[in-house]
Amino acid sequence: MPGSMHIALAGNPNSGKTTLFNALTGLSQKTGNFPGTTVEKKTGTISQKPKELIVTDLPGFYSMYPKGEDENVSVQAILGSLKKQHYDKIVFVADASNLKRSLLLCTQLVDLELPLVVALNMTDVAENKGIHIDADLLSRRLQVPVVKINARKSEGVKELVEEVKTRFPHPPTSYFPSNAEEKQIAEAVHKATGIKNYFANTLLARNTHLLGEEKASVQMLIAGLKFDPNAHQIDDSMERYARIEEILATVQKIDGEKAKRELSTKIDRILTHRVYGYLLFLLIFFSLFQAIFTLAEYPMTWIEQAFSWMSELVIHSLPPGIITNIVANGIIPGLGGVVVFLPQIMILFAFLTVLEDTGYMARVSFILDRLMRKLGLNGKSVVPLIGGMACAVASILTTRNIENKKERLITILVTPFMSCSARLPVYTVLISLIVDERYLFGFINIQGLLLLGMYLLGIIASLAFSFLLSFLIKQTEKNYFIMELPVYKWPVWRNIYYSMLNKSKDFVGEAGKVIVAVSIVLWFMGSYGPKADFERIEAKYARVQEKDSELNEASEKLEASYAGIFGKFIEPAIRPLGYDWKIGIALLSSLAAREVFVGTMSTLYSIGEDADMKTLKEKLQQATDSRTGKPVYTIPTALSLMVFYAFSLQCISTIAVTKRETGGWKWAIIQFVFMTVVAYLSSLIVYQALS
Amino acid sequence: MNLSQLLLGQEAIIECVNDQDVYLKLLDLGCLPGARIRLTLIAPFGDPLAIQVAGSTLSLRRKDARSIQIRPI
Repeated sequence: MPGSMHIALAGNPNSGKTTLFNALTGLSQKTGNFPGTTVEKKTGTISQKPKELIVTDLPGFYSMYPKGEDENVSVQAILGSLKKQHYDKIVFVADASNLKRSLLLCTQLVDLELPLVVALNMTDVAENKGIHIDADLLSRRLQVPVVKINARKSEGVKELVEEVKTRFPHPPTSYFPSNAEEKQIAEAVHKATGIKNYFANTLLARNTHLLGEEKASVQMLIAGLKFDPNAHQIDDSMERYARIEEILATVQKIDGEKAKRELSTKIDRILTHRVYGYLLFLLIFFSLFQAIFTLAEYPMTWIEQAFSWMSELVIHSLPPGIITNIVANGIIPGLGGVVVFLPQIMILFAFLTVLEDTGYMARVSFILDRLMRKLGLNGKSVVPLIGGMACAVASILTTRNIENKKERLITILVTPFMSCSARLPVYTVLISLIVDERYLFGFINIQGLLLLGMYLLGIIASLAFSFLLSFLIKQTEKNYFIMELPVYKWPVWRNIYYSMLNKSKDFVGEAGKVIVAVSIVLWFMGSYGPKADFERIEAKYARVQEKDSELNEASEKLEASYAGIFGKFIEPAIRPLGYDWKIGIALLSSLAAREVFVGTMSTLYSIGEDADMKTLKEKLQQATDSRTGKPVYTIPTALSLMVFYAFSLQCISTIAVTKRETGGWKWAIIQFVFMTVVAYLSSLIVYQALS
Repeated sequence: MNLSQLLLGQEAIIECVNDQDVYLKLLDLGCLPGARIRLTLIAPFGDPLAIQVAGSTLSLRRKDARSIQIRPI
């Protein structure tokens, strides 16, 4: 947007960057992806005079020498900004409780001659550790404006915005090439790109993929020169730390250390205990599932009823005709099928955000690393796997911080086996068909227990297959597992709120589009068919005037429709799994996204329904097999269907993300075929064994 | 002596890191040769470990800890 100022938030992971972002941008925030990547990009606006500020939250990174994909995105954004002047100002969020490490990246940004403001955050945590920082002196030493903030309490945010709007002269750079080779390299890049900054040019020399048309010429120029990027990083970092120590000696006063720091260690002793640690882990996830089932139940019923009511309203208030029909029986039930997920998605993301924000998730990685490693995974795989219970697409993106390529690939491949929130409505509907709502010992919901079972099935499958894959995929590099265990913090309610809000918006936006489109197509396919057949049925029923004849006519028409023809075509393949042609249609339509299943079922069973709209559960319970006349949803069929949905990869977005993250179609296709075969065979076994 | 041989709660000074990948990562995290560390946690079944260094807690595998040469104090 012209006339606006672009700001980037940069900083180490766990420095409170996202909390500051939420405090700054509030409800204006939008999520998307960084161009050409799948890394989540959050932007928001701050209305200010004379110009509005557009803020981008860069993924947390430790230095300009990226170690993982996530860090790569931030480094690319920063270096890219040097050429195109994309960001007018960079707000560097410094963690006062770990200033030395924060200043490493900070001095690197200074040396890139980027317009910079330092937001000194977490001074309260620092004070608790006995660390006092003189912000004014720090500002003078760095020659960069420093604003003390408390992102969690939104303190200092106004002052920060004022500083961001003010222009400051660039501080002098401190970086100079340490030897002749480095100097030659930097000058070669300078010649090709026109960028004058020495430090930027040495960074670009190690990341030539960031260059556009100049790439080839730079590669040619530096090919003949000796340049050891690792030695360069070591020299540069050591020199920086030496200078940082010197600055800290005057800026930072430490007294009586440790005192409070022990608290985190004491909590750690319990949370990583070999008995209590695992017990607590199980307890937390057990309560998560109970919460999803019990807490989400009421809002979900309300949403279902509201959409039924809306359909009815449309039918009664609009003149009958094709448009009314599409809206009442195609679009509204389809939309309802999307919106009904929101309570569950919100609860799930609220939990995940709390676990992440408090620092507990890092401890889960810590206590499970050894086990995960045996299975070919990594302690950091736990987060994507658990996140896979929310959404595989989002979770595959979080694998970017797994440095090891093999462990990352396996994590990507097995994450979709975890039961994601899109499967939840499928499970919910099917479970409610075969088990009544009853309580064990008065408080354990049996339906919830069965649901937990489905999730366990997903967990076991993903772990078993990763074990298998660890023998099949070759290790190409050395692996290490080093991560920070952040200090325990209370969750910030605002962060939970925005996480719930953003994920819901994403879900309704992304899944909603597909689901509504699929519902409309399905409704057409279900309502129309070859003319001759339809005329024959109409002629047949034109003569009879019995009770129920309208319903029979409708169901015969559905069978004769294009959807029916299609379902019948694939019926022989799915009969052994216990499915009829209607389920066949649903399976096919949920190739786009699993959650379409419920929407499809609502649409399919709405076609030919009269005005008295029942809930989906009632419709399914009354569904009978047109061949045998027996109920369709018996226990074996429902279980077989649940197992099919547990294992199959019916999600176009996951296929797309796997393709992008693994750099080609190979693994995406392998994953899809493999999961489909596993799903088919397991459902076959379940149905045949039970019936 | 290397880091994997340190006892729980014991303090030491990092002398050098033999594995370059580990070294580069530790540099980013502010854990340099000469830094004073303390072994604060050992995960169930003995692996990974967590050390306190320069005001933060880092977790690392026993295998990586073996490449870190230390001098106990």
